[in-house]
Amino acid sequence: MSLAELICPAGTPAALRTAVDAGADAVYCGFQDATNARNFPGLNFTPDELAEAVAYAHARGTKVLLALNTYPPAGKVDLWRQAADTAARLGVDAFIVADMGVADYIARTHPGVRLHLSVQAAASSPEAIRYYCAHFGVRRVVLPRILTIPEIRQIKREIPCEIETFIFGNHGLMVEGRCSLTNYLTGQSTNMDGVCSPASDVEYARHEDGSMSSQLAGFTIDRFGPEEKAGYPTICKGRYTAPHRPEGYYAFEEPVSLNLSRLLPELIDAGVHAFKIEGRQRSKSYVRGVVRAFRAAVDDIRAGRQANMADLVALTEGQKQTQGAFETKKWR
Amino acid sequence: MNTGVHTVSPVRLPGGGVVSRLACGVVQPILSRVVRRIARRHPSLFARLGPHQGTDFLIDPVDLPFALHLRPDPDALLFRAVPRDAVPQAGAVIRGRFLLLLELVDSEEDGDAAFFSRDLEVSGDTEAVVRLRNALDDVDGSIAEETAAMFGAPGRAVLARLRRAYTPEMERT
Repeated sequence: MSLAELICPAGTPAALRTAVDAGADAVYCGFQDATNARNFPGLNFTPDELAEAVAYAHARGTKVLLALNTYPPAGKVDLWRQAADTAARLGVDAFIVADMGVADYIARTHPGVRLHLSVQAAASSPEAIRYYCAHFGVRRVVLPRILTIPEIRQIKREIPCEIETFIFGNHGLMVEGRCSLTNYLTGQSTNMDGVCSPASDVEYARHEDGSMSSQLAGFTIDRFGPEEKAGYPTICKGRYTAPHRPEGYYAFEEPVSLNLSRLLPELIDAGVHAFKIEGRQRSKSYVRGVVRAFRAAVDDIRAGRQANMADLVALTEGQKQTQGAFETKKWR
Repeated sequence: MNTGVHTVSPVRLPGGGVVSRLACGVVQPILSRVVRRIARRHPSLFARLGPHQGTDFLIDPVDLPFALHLRPDPDALLFRAVPRDAVPQAGAVIRGRFLLLLELVDSEEDGDAAFFSRDLEVSGDTEAVVRLRNALDDVDGSIAEETAAMFGAPGRAVLARLRRAYTPEMERT
């Protein structure tokens, strides 16, 4: 049986302590800049805060993984290199990287620190994953959320590294690491600036009939009825009209969250080494509730008991959940 | 965790007139004391607010007879109760039931979940709201409990009573 490590989100030092106390095996976090894919206002860590966080986590047997999972624009790689140097000095246990240049720098400069391949690298074939392992010493791959469990099982047989899969949280797939929708409307890049639907470009408006519209950079991307549950203001979750669909429809994805709580035993059996909970942008309340629930479930499974999961639907986007491609490629 | 049990009151108290002004007068000394204490005990809050330390936030508890005006400027802190017929021009507005807002401040509730369920409404400068949320979420402990403790046993009793009043009967044990 795999170890089924629980990898938990930490957007702030307080959230990190919450995740550690709730039973995380590892927490992942980022600096307050473009080097990570949750470069949101008021979120993330200063170097001093990361130093304290590493000490807090290590004192309790929890690992700290640093997300360096964006792509440096040409000529601007120094920010990523400095972040790696700082975090290595502070004692993080692994880097989560997407860009080959960043991976190469860390492999050469900090060979003692583990490299994990981010979902943003979108490596979904044994050939691609083996390349990263052979050239940069990648020890773990975070798989894109487009694979079925039989496909994951097959990949595991053909690669020399650990597998991590998402089990809960945001389900905005697109082609991970290559989505340019935000860039198209706002000029800021999810992949290079770390901002998907930057808050500075988001606006909500309540209308007389009780409905609410969400806009990104002046473009309306959804309008929720008075009693309708809402989702994130991301273009991929927007609802659009078209000549053949005048009533409006979700052209890409629906506002829905991933929840694989029922598939945990199958994922472990398929050789998944670590389970990732999405949500560095979420509150301590979310971290506490989700980490506790999955800690209990994983412990039950390890002990040979039936996992009795808490209901997490209230924390999901649009208050809807899916098992996505993990259950079937036809999830939509 | 109580996520999703509160709904925005369909009937919003008018929050103007004599009653509202009287209520504002009663709570104002408390608000001033509370905000000064929080600022003193949690100075790191201001760094996360960044350029929005000077933003005017209107926090609108729909079931109270007044709204709250917050300007989190560390050099000139402002937190005051305002009648709804005299609210200032705000950079950002946050609206929901009082206890939900209190639980969001204390991270007993998740802001995104409250937004998804439509129990929480935001308008105006979304970045300012996100910064305020993240700044408050990085505070350890309960601001509500800290505030109640400032007033000793009577303060704690009021908070407990308030929570009981909002908790649906089926959840009381």
